[in-house]
Amino acid sequence: MTTTVVSTPTAQPLTRRPSYAKYVGAKVVGAIGSLFFVLVVNFFLFRVMPGDPARTLGRGRFKTTEQLEAFRHTYGLDQSLFQQFLTFLQNTFTGQLGISLRYRVPVSDLIRDRFWPTLLLVGTSTILAILFGVWIGVRAAWNRGGFFDKVSTGSTLTLYSMPEWWLGLLLIATLAVGVGPIPGIFPTGGLHSTDVDPGSLAGVLDTAWHLFLPVVTLTLAYLADYSLVMRSSLLDELGEDYLTTARAKGLRDLAVRRHHAVRNALLPTTTISAVNMGFVVSGAITVETVFSIPGLGLLSSEALAIPDYWVLQGTFLIASGGVIVANLLANLLYGLLDPRVRT
Amino acid sequence: MTTPPAELLEVRDLRVSYLTSEGRLPAVRGVDLVVRAGEVVGVAGESGCGKSTLASTVLRLQPKDAQVEGEVLVAGADVLTMRWGDLRALRWDQVSIVFQGALHSLNPVHRVGDQIGEPIRLHEPSLRAAEVSERVRELLEQVGLPRARDRAYPHQLSGGQRQRVMIAMALACRPRLIVADEPTTALDVMVQAQILALLSDLVRDLGVGLVIISHDLSVLADVCDRVAVMYAGRIVETGTSQEVFSDPRHPYAAALSSAFPRIGDPAARYAPSGLPGDPPDPRDLPAGCSFAPRCPLALDACRVAEPPLLDLGNGRRAACIRLGAS
Amino acid sequence: MSTETAALRLTPRQVTRRRRAAAAQRTWRQFRVNRAGMFGLVLLSFFVLVAVFAPLLADADGLQVTKATGEVLEAPSAAYPLGTDDTGRSVLTLLIWGSRISLFVGLFATAISMVIGTLMGLASGFFEGWSGRILFRLTEWFLVIPFLPLAIVLASVLGRSLLNIAIVIGVTSWPGTAFLIRSQTLSIKERPYLERARVLGAGRWHQMSRHILPNVMPMVFANTTLTVAVAIIAETTLSFLGLGDPTRVSWGSMLDDAFSVGAMTTGAWWFIVPPGVCVVLVVLAFTLVGQALEEIFNPRLRGAR
Repeated sequence: MTTTVVSTPTAQPLTRRPSYAKYVGAKVVGAIGSLFFVLVVNFFLFRVMPGDPARTLGRGRFKTTEQLEAFRHTYGLDQSLFQQFLTFLQNTFTGQLGISLRYRVPVSDLIRDRFWPTLLLVGTSTILAILFGVWIGVRAAWNRGGFFDKVSTGSTLTLYSMPEWWLGLLLIATLAVGVGPIPGIFPTGGLHSTDVDPGSLAGVLDTAWHLFLPVVTLTLAYLADYSLVMRSSLLDELGEDYLTTARAKGLRDLAVRRHHAVRNALLPTTTISAVNMGFVVSGAITVETVFSIPGLGLLSSEALAIPDYWVLQGTFLIASGGVIVANLLANLLYGLLDPRVRT
Repeated sequence: MTTPPAELLEVRDLRVSYLTSEGRLPAVRGVDLVVRAGEVVGVAGESGCGKSTLASTVLRLQPKDAQVEGEVLVAGADVLTMRWGDLRALRWDQVSIVFQGALHSLNPVHRVGDQIGEPIRLHEPSLRAAEVSERVRELLEQVGLPRARDRAYPHQLSGGQRQRVMIAMALACRPRLIVADEPTTALDVMVQAQILALLSDLVRDLGVGLVIISHDLSVLADVCDRVAVMYAGRIVETGTSQEVFSDPRHPYAAALSSAFPRIGDPAARYAPSGLPGDPPDPRDLPAGCSFAPRCPLALDACRVAEPPLLDLGNGRRAACIRLGAS
Repeated sequence: MSTETAALRLTPRQVTRRRRAAAAQRTWRQFRVNRAGMFGLVLLSFFVLVAVFAPLLADADGLQVTKATGEVLEAPSAAYPLGTDDTGRSVLTLLIWGSRISLFVGLFATAISMVIGTLMGLASGFFEGWSGRILFRLTEWFLVIPFLPLAIVLASVLGRSLLNIAIVIGVTSWPGTAFLIRSQTLSIKERPYLERARVLGAGRWHQMSRHILPNVMPMVFANTTLTVAVAIIAETTLSFLGLGDPTRVSWGSMLDDAFSVGAMTTGAWWFIVPPGVCVVLVVLAFTLVGQALEEIFNPRLRGAR
């Protein structure tokens, strides 16, 4: 048996671990850049207000000019713009995010208390939405034009066109309040019943019961996009030649779908989900408002009333920060899935 | 136990049409082909003549909207009517395909070694992972690639290297027949020569049958034992590659052959070459001989009926009305 | 003789105009075949007509709280086909007039978004070197900022009005368009005829406006339609949160009222369901039309849906 030895033209060298590390490094640097940009935006947003910022930010709290001046000094509102920015940065990194005008407690405390319900709500909904959305999209695309495809695409398009909070209102009206003779079975709002200890097992079940409708609402809202994107990216993959190669090797249809087509179609889906994080946050705000879940979302919409500027600034920061982090994670995941970006 | 037939591949009167919104498009219109063990058969023709469709039917890979008639016998069994389970067992194990365009025929997110090993794991599940890896690396060596390349991804390899990977992959389950669809297109000339040399060596050493499909007759002339020339879905000439290349009987084969300059032949430099016009639109095939519109030797009689493939003796066949007279 | 040839010879502008008209006809023919797109178009036309002919369809007096003639939250009846709201006004009247606000704000916001997005996309795609890269980074950064929190902050700072809603939506939704236009620009930039234009002395502005922009326009058009869908939902959400003009009725503000008076618990479904249904139908219509246009202008997508 002869071995044909020929000089192979140079191709890219094989490096594995180092390139993913480089990719991660690049993405982290990018995320830090975005974070900085958000801080700049956050800073300037509240400085474009008409009138004296100190008076507006400290509205209704100060009786004397000394108190107002003291307030002005603490938050550096009497310094030059650049100095103010530095003070702002310093304050932000040390957790001094101001005092809520409404609740009269530090904003950082409010955020800490309200963080967990939002995370629970959004986290659960996102995970369920990804699982169901991907499954529906794959099934619809694989049997394109079939009954499942028609029904699911029509439904997801409709869900996509629907304000998620309106869906929440409908669910409350039907499942929480009851329609006609059928009574409602879920609470109309809130996170806990007043008479149950949240820490106990009964309390955990009670929380789950309260979160059921909000989670259903958000899951349906989120999954529409995942399913539509998954379907369209899988349909794109179905035209690719490497699937013919896979079939030619004798693989079963299911194996071709799972190991080859879906595996590749997940790439655009991951990218889109990174872009979608903003919608995730917006959904959290509106659904918490509709269901009166005491999370960061409800905090934001309540803060509109006064307006509670420090709270708004703080929640904007958390929301943007959250989106940046989630984006970063999605990008890192993408780097693991697609070897082409690593080299 | 019956003796296995000498023919690895026998295509009998294959007809393939695509059902589209504009009607039936005939892609293959009655093709017969025979390939024996250790033989290299070439199929030549322009793009659109149906040669890729022909290749896809060997493993029943034609698209769902294709209507197929005729028989494609691999070691005596008809691929087109076999049970699904038998077909999957046959795929890659008995017959494998080297696809055109290696970059798109390889999965971009799987390592090359995994893709070569995939059919091995499928058809020989008793092998351990380490044995499969070893076989993969041996295959890479066989095609002239470094063993360590099994960890590479397709985009990290050059065009020539990818094509070698495709060949290594095709050899993975030790098939008896390999169909190579345009194996050297889009490769530069030096790499082309290497790939062709590799294929001939493999045929000689392993005794596999090889079908090479190409629009480049000069490629086929070098490597193939026999050549079949296709035009508009039919075979219009067959013979040994030497015969078809230097003494073509069908005007189309003559045009194909003269399109490539022979170095050192002063007469060839002044002989007219190249064909005017385009291959016929399958939706609108001309009555009579499908080549007549472009044929420099066309007669009125040519437009009446499609000339059948005439036997000219010694395995030579050509479908031209002029040859029937003698 | 010379007059005949003069009549046959067309100016470049006339040639371009004819070609564009032919292209538009082709597009229409392809669009007609797309069932989902046609359904969306019909739906869309219906709502546009309702918005335009609102004064003829419903009495403007019906919007005034002081002139409300019905009972509070009356169920649907012959006099009030969709019942009344919490101040006794006919829900149907509110719905008809509300379509104007919802559609108008959505379109205006989209206009802002498309102008910024197209300019940014063209510029970041066209300009080489660090200026292009900076513009791209800027687009990326804006993309990260979540829409609703920013909208809330801006509304609190700028005040509540429909104009501010439109501005907020426009300012937060342009990055998506910019990315699309940028990638289109990048691919068109490499085409041979652009190189020829450059060699012939075409300046950057000329290249962008006369060569790249016309080729990018079809995709811009498709993207615009999809952006309107997003903008309308955004307006509805912002109005629902109370950021709109309290004196103007939009579908979102109707739902805000419904929510505040607890229409879900009192079972006043006629106040909750119709505005939402209208929003869903309009957004669906724009989405279907936009997707159909995308398929036509991006042949890669054709047959893929």
